[in-house]
This record gives sequence, structure tokens and C-alpha cells, in this order.
Amino acid sequence: MAVISTEKDLEALSLTIVAEFDAAVERVWQIWEDPRQLERWWGPPTWPATFDKHEFREGGSSSYFMTGPEGEKSRGWWKFTAIDSPRRLEFNDGFADESGAPTGEMGETHAVVILEEVEAGRTRMTVASSFESAEQLQQMIEMGMEEGLKEAMGQIDEILGERASV
Amino acid sequence: MDRLFHALADSTRRSIVLRAISEEHSVSALAAHYAMSFAAVQKHVAVLEQASLVTKEKRGREQMVRANRETVRKARQLLDEYEQIWRQRVDRITEILAEDE
Repeated sequence: MAVISTEKDLEALSLTIVAEFDAAVERVWQIWEDPRQLERWWGPPTWPATFDKHEFREGGSSSYFMTGPEGEKSRGWWKFTAIDSPRRLEFNDGFADESGAPTGEMGETHAVVILEEVEAGRTRMTVASSFESAEQLQQMIEMGMEEGLKEAMGQIDEILGERASV
Repeated sequence: MDRLFHALADSTRRSIVLRAISEEHSVSALAAHYAMSFAAVQKHVAVLEQASLVTKEKRGREQMVRANRETVRKARQLLDEYEQIWRQRVDRITEILAEDE
């Protein structure tokens, strides 16, 4: 199992996910640094991402779009606020208009990525994302998920019924 | 749904909902927790009430606030779904890294 743990904070609207990979830290860093590798995993097969700008340095920015099943495009931007190669990366992520300019709507997500060597050739990646608004979270989910899985999640929820904790 | 997200977009309102999940509180008891006026807290509660995140019940001179667990669960589900997005991303990263071998 690649995913080790996840932690959700409803009040802070944040999610932290910890995963481990059988690869060196420098290799895992490349999947963030190289836009061609990044676009292979950032969007799901139904909403693939294309990065047309990726200034991977502190203060640099990225511009990308995700293409939906009906050809609709949704644009986004990143702004790198900290880069400490190959261990730490921080960036803000938000929605953009057709020209790639930030819309300022729905707020920004702040992401902190930390890579650590667990043992030679094995890397632990921790990604902490926090949202400014629930609207933004909703929008991310609509673009980030495959429909089938979304339905499956809903069904599971129904089967489980009311959860004891919220 | 729009009302729900608007209601949750504010950190004070999210905090009020969390307090009201475990037990019901009067508006004045809630107001004591925040550095703002009673009227301001009352306004936040009204927004939450419109979004069905809380219900308000008059008891004597007090307005008792209780969280609507079903609506809160919906919000929680959003984070669950976002977790799934990241789990899928991790799977795709694993596949890309496996190609190296």
C-alpha cells in the first residue's frame, strides 16, 4: 500500500496524506519538477491536466488546464512560495480565467509537500493541503474525480449510514 | 448546496458548527467563545440556520443551537472525496515510478 495515512480536519478544511514509494527522494522530486511527468498524474484520466508553464523555482508560477470529458477546459495556476530541492515544496493553487490570470474566486489552496528518505531507495511523501473555502473544495472535487468513483463513494456512504463521528 | 458552502466558508461559523455537534449551546454561551459581539454571533448562527447546518429552538429566554448532523456529514463527505483524489494521484505516481525498473 502506497498510502500510509490520511488526516482530515473539517474545521481547518485541510487534508494531509502520507504515502511511500520505492524510489529515491531525487526521483520522486522529478514527478513534481518535470511538467511532462506531473501532468501524467495530477489530473484523473477523465480530466487530464496540461501544464503550459511550469517555473519550478521560488517565486515562480505555473499555468495549467484540465480538459473535461466534453472538451470543456478549466484553467488553474500555481505559485511556488518555497522550494528546497529535493526535500520541500510549497505552493498556492487557484482557479484562473481563459487567459490564465487568477480569478480570485473561491480562494486558494495552500499545499506543503515534504519528501524524506525512509531507507535507501524508499521515500515518504507528505502532502498537506488546506482550503480557504468549501466552494473551492467542491470545485476541486468536481474536476478531480472520476464519475464512477464518486458514485461508488456515495453508495458506500449509504450502506454505512449515519457515521458515529463527523 | 451554495448556501451550505457559503455558510462553511467562514472559520467562525465552522467553529460554531463543531461546538454545536457535541451538544446544544445557547447563542449567548456560543458568543462567550468569540471576540465579537452577541449580535455578530447571532448573525453567524442565522447564516448557518439558513444553510440547514444548525437548528435553533427557543427555550425560555434562550435560543438553543444544535448542529444538523446530516448536513454536516455532507460537508465531511467533501473532504472524503478530496482524499480519494489524492489516493488516486498516489496510485498514478506509483505507476510512473514503476516504469523505471
